[in-house]
Amino acid sequence: MARKSSGSPRFDDTHTVVEAVNLALARALDDDPQVVVFGEDVGVNGGVFRATLDLQTRFGPTRVLDTPLAEALIAGMAVGMAAQGLRPVAEIQFAGFAYACIDQMLNHAARLRYRTRGRLSCPMVLRTICGGGIHAPEHHSESPEAMFAHIPGLRVVVPSTPARAYGLLLAAIRDPDPVVFLEPTRIYRLFRQAVKDDGTSLPLDTCFVEREGDDLTLVSWGAALVEVRAAAEALAQQGIESTVIDVATLKPLDMATIVDSVGHTGRCLIVHEAPLSGGVGAEIAAQIGEHALLHLLAPVTRVTGHDTPMPLARLEHAYLPSAMRIEQAAHALLRFE
Amino acid sequence: MPNSRLPPFDESPPRPEAPRSVYRAHGYIGQSGRVVRPLPAFAADAEALIALYRWILLCRHFDTRAVALQRTGQLGTYAAATGQEAVPVGVAHAMIDADVLIPTYREAIAQVMRGARFDDILRYWGGDERGADYAATPARHDFPPAVPIASQVPHAAGVAFALKHGHRNGAAVCFIGDGGTSKGDFHEGINLAGAWQLPLVVVIVNNQWAISVPRRAQTAAETLAHKALAAGIQGVQVDGNDVVAVREVLDHALRAARTSHAPCVIEALTYRLCDHTTADDASRYRSDAELREARKHDPVARLRTHLQHQGLLDASAERALEADCEATITHAVDAYLATPSRSTASIFEHLYAELPAELVRQQARLAETDHGP
Repeated sequence: MARKSSGSPRFDDTHTVVEAVNLALARALDDDPQVVVFGEDVGVNGGVFRATLDLQTRFGPTRVLDTPLAEALIAGMAVGMAAQGLRPVAEIQFAGFAYACIDQMLNHAARLRYRTRGRLSCPMVLRTICGGGIHAPEHHSESPEAMFAHIPGLRVVVPSTPARAYGLLLAAIRDPDPVVFLEPTRIYRLFRQAVKDDGTSLPLDTCFVEREGDDLTLVSWGAALVEVRAAAEALAQQGIESTVIDVATLKPLDMATIVDSVGHTGRCLIVHEAPLSGGVGAEIAAQIGEHALLHLLAPVTRVTGHDTPMPLARLEHAYLPSAMRIEQAAHALLRFE
Repeated sequence: MPNSRLPPFDESPPRPEAPRSVYRAHGYIGQSGRVVRPLPAFAADAEALIALYRWILLCRHFDTRAVALQRTGQLGTYAAATGQEAVPVGVAHAMIDADVLIPTYREAIAQVMRGARFDDILRYWGGDERGADYAATPARHDFPPAVPIASQVPHAAGVAFALKHGHRNGAAVCFIGDGGTSKGDFHEGINLAGAWQLPLVVVIVNNQWAISVPRRAQTAAETLAHKALAAGIQGVQVDGNDVVAVREVLDHALRAARTSHAPCVIEALTYRLCDHTTADDASRYRSDAELREARKHDPVARLRTHLQHQGLLDASAERALEADCEATITHAVDAYLATPSRSTASIFEHLYAELPAELVRQQARLAETDHGP
C-alpha cells in the first residue's frame, strides 16, 4: 500500500521539533531492542502529528503498535512492560487525554522503585503533546505539567527546540526512571534547526541558559520560549540585557542555575503557558524567595495563562503569554523600587 | 493494506473464534468433603493434596496471627483472606516460575508460595517498604500488592505483552476482586489481552462483598465471568472453595496462555468470612444468617474433611500439621518483630535511581530537624 508521507525527506540536517522527535524514536528503536513504541494511531498512521512516521514500517508491528483507544491502559501497560525489562515509549495523543493516566503515573509508575526498595523499576516514557495556539478543539490544548511535576518519583521534561527535543527524548528513553515528556504542539513545525542524529542525548535535570544579560532573568520552558526569546530580543534593542533560561526539566528542578542567575541579576520573570495558581512558576518563585531573597531588587513576577480553561480558538490569544505581555512585565520589574 | 494492525505478533496462531458463553468448571470436592467427580491426575497424589492443605492452613493461621498483631498495635491495617484461601493457593500452585504474579492486597499466601516470606508480608503491613523487596525468585520478579482497585490489570496486560514479546514461556496472572470488575481499568486490560492475544489470566476473586456493597448491587451482569465475553475472550466460573477445581482450571488456562497466548478471565466463587480489613466491621452490612450459611462452604473444613474421609489425615497428623503451621508463623512473627528500623534518611532512597539535587537538599534538611518518633 502506498503510504502517505507528509514529512518529505530532507537532504540537509535541519529538522523541525516533530521531525527531531521522530529521529530520536527511530534512533532509540535502532539502538535498543527493548524499546517499544505504542499508542493510538502511532503505527500505520504514523501518529496524528506524524511523530512516529514510518517507524512501524522500519521496525515492524511488534515494536511499533497501535493500541486500543484507552489512555489509562496505555500508561498502565507501560508500567507492566517496564517492570519486565522493556523500555516502553507510550504516546497519549493530546495532553487533555493524559489526565486519565495520572492514576497510573502517580500510584504506580512513579513509585514502583520506591515501594519495592529498588527490586522493580519503571523506565518508561509517557509522551504527549501539550499547549495551545494551534486552534485545536476543546481539551486539545492543555498544559498539565504542574500536575505531573507534583508527583514524587517522576521526571517531567518539556523541550523547546528541535535539538533539545532530540537530545532530551533520547535521554528520557534511556533514563532508568519514568519520564513524562511533553511536546509543545505549537512549536512542532514552527522552525527548523540543525539536529545531528548521532545518538547523543542531552542532560536531564539541567536548565539551558540561552543568553546571558545583567538586567533580569527570564525563566520559561516549552513553546512560551518563542515569545520569551522575542521579548528578550526586543528588550535588548532597548538596551535591556536579559538572561534567558530554558528550564527543560520541570521535575526535578535545577534551581541552582536559576538561583545563580537571579543572584546576579536581582530580577526574575517567570513565563509559562499553564494556569497561574499552583503552577511550576509558583514553585520556582518560592525557591527563589528561599535561596536568593536578599539578592532580589524586585518581587519575582509571573506571566502565565490564566486560572481559566484554555479558551477555544478565537480567544486563545488572550490566554497565551505574548511577547508584549512579557516585555511589559519586564519593564515593570525594572521600574520597581 | 498491510496486515500490521492485527495481530501485533507475526508468529501468532490464528485467532480463535470468540467464545459465546461462560464455561462453568466442574467441581471435584463437594461441600461435604466428598469427591463428586474423579479427581484430576495431580490430586490423585496424596502428597500434593496434603501440600495444598498445608498452604491453606498456613494462610488461615497467618491471617489469624496478623489480625492479632494488628489488634495489639504491632501491625498496621491488614486485609485477611479468611474464607477464600483456596483461590490464591490453587492459583499459585498451578503457576510456574516463568509466570508473573500481579496480586491485589489479599493474596499474601500466593506471594509466599512464590518465594516471598511471611515476615516480608508482615513488614509490608507493618509499615516498612522493605516488605515488598522479596529476595527469592520467582517472587522477585512478581508485582507487589496493588492497593488501588483494578489499576493492576493494565500492568498485567503489559507484563503479558513483555512475556510474549520476549518469547518467554510464561503467563501474567492477575488477581482482582468482584468490585474491581466495575472499573474501567479491568475492561481496558482484558480488552487489550483479547485484541492482542496476550498470555494473561485474570482471576476474579468473587467473595461477594466489595467492603459493604454486595455483588448484586455491583453489576447486573449474570456472572462476572460474562464480562470476558465483551473482550472476546473465554470466561470461566469455578467453585473457589474447591482448591482442586481452582488448581485444575488455572492449570488449563495457564497452559493455553503459555502455549497459544489465549487470555482468560476466571471468576472464582468464594466468600470473605472476615471483615474487609482490620479497619472494617462487616456486621454493619451483612447478617449472621448469611455468615452462618457461608461458613458451611469453608474451604479449610472442606479439604480437611475430604482428607479425613480418604484416610490421608488422621488426628495425630492433623495435630502435627497444625503445630508445624503455628511454628512457621511464630518464626515469621519473631523475624518481623526483630526487624531493625530503617534510617530516617532512607525515605529518600529508591525514589529515583540516582538522588536528584533537590532531594539531596531535602534529605539534609530532614537530617537536621528529625528528632525521631
